[in-house]
Amino acid sequence: MGGFVSRGFKGRRRPAAGQATRLPPGQYAEPGFPVLTAGPTPRIDLADWRLKIEGLVAKPREWTWEEIHELPGASFEGDIHCVTRWSKLGTSFAGVSVDTLLDAVEPRPEATHVVAFCYGGYTTNLPLDDVRGGKAWVVWEHEGTPLPPEHGGPARLLVPHLYFWKSAKWVAGLRLLDHDAPGFWEGLGYHNRGDPWREERYWGD
Amino acid sequence: MGRLSWRLAEVAEVRPETGRVATLALEVPGWDGHLPGQHLDVRLTAEDGYTAERAYSIASAPDGERVELAVERLDDGEVSPYLTEELRQGDQLELRGPVGGYFVWEPGRGGPLLLVAGGSGVVPLMAMLRHRAATGSQVPARLLYSSRSLDDVIFREELERLAEAGDGLTVTQALTRAQPPGWTGYARRIDAVMLEEVGWRPGERPLAYVCGPTRLVEAVAGQLVALGHDPARVRTERFGPTGVP
Repeated sequence: MGGFVSRGFKGRRRPAAGQATRLPPGQYAEPGFPVLTAGPTPRIDLADWRLKIEGLVAKPREWTWEEIHELPGASFEGDIHCVTRWSKLGTSFAGVSVDTLLDAVEPRPEATHVVAFCYGGYTTNLPLDDVRGGKAWVVWEHEGTPLPPEHGGPARLLVPHLYFWKSAKWVAGLRLLDHDAPGFWEGLGYHNRGDPWREERYWGD
Repeated sequence: MGRLSWRLAEVAEVRPETGRVATLALEVPGWDGHLPGQHLDVRLTAEDGYTAERAYSIASAPDGERVELAVERLDDGEVSPYLTEELRQGDQLELRGPVGGYFVWEPGRGGPLLLVAGGSGVVPLMAMLRHRAATGSQVPARLLYSSRSLDDVIFREELERLAEAGDGLTVTQALTRAQPPGWTGYARRIDAVMLEEVGWRPGERPLAYVCGPTRLVEAVAGQLVALGHDPARVRTERFGPTGVP
């Protein structure tokens, strides 16, 4: 389809000089923080909140809200990219590194993938290597304030190098598997891995 | 399923719906059909190669290679002003789709249906209602639709016609900012009382589809759950706070 030009289209939201190299293909910079979810926002009492890691681990365990706050904290500052084409540049989140959680449960050598499962029933799948090595967090603060429920609070997964549907809202835990198991959107036409720099939006991209 | 490839569609018609919303009727060679509620991606390319992509809900029922979008012009937008003001019959438009497999409805999925819309959030719900009418479905359906004023109601006449068909559809309008003289309908934002009056009882287990701005969707979905509806039967589609398109 090379060479097609939309008659009369000039483009009025071209990225500023500093943004262009930070925007993956097909994305635009969005100053706000749009909300996109498939169903009602679950309301989770902090007293009942748990984060579990289960599956192919030597020591499955769960953390309460107090317990997870006792772990060494970690933060992320950078860019996030939604498959619906907005990117939010220079934002920040704080919580705990997934590395810290995995160190506590000791993944078995045969574990290759994880499924994040959530309050409300959402799931998303990731290769294990996409959530370790300083690439993923469980976060409960956004830009210095508690993560609002519509953005996934009390806590969401944060995997900023992949499209943001992988950063599961209202995360309840991770299940380690020795095989891949497509999650909610991955079963409904969206790409299995979702690398924004390769523009992996949909099946077959 | 193969890759969703970009296709060149031809604009068959641009039809104003309200002062801010226009229907684009497109002929899409090779279109494989869609499910009511799905959207597609539009890509605009400037002469220097700069591109802008956005997603738009499909307004039409499945109908061969004809696909209609209804686009709201956002004044600070990049793609919607082009689609609603620049594009003419005979122009070409690059698109790919359909996309999205959750916020969809076909008669076989049953009901009763509760459709709740704010503003241009009515567009994917209109695809469902048009498909329901086109297939002769008798699935009971109720649309609760919030607009700023009567002039902002998209598809107003067609919705009146659909509701008069006597096939089990009711349409209820709420006008939040301005009401015409003698208006006897709702004159406020959608709230829990309205959902109880218009919607189905939780025991009737409606399938609910809620689409509109985030504030409306967040409120309505929460109210439906609070009224006792099964969260798993409440599907939502949201537009971002600054308007994703």
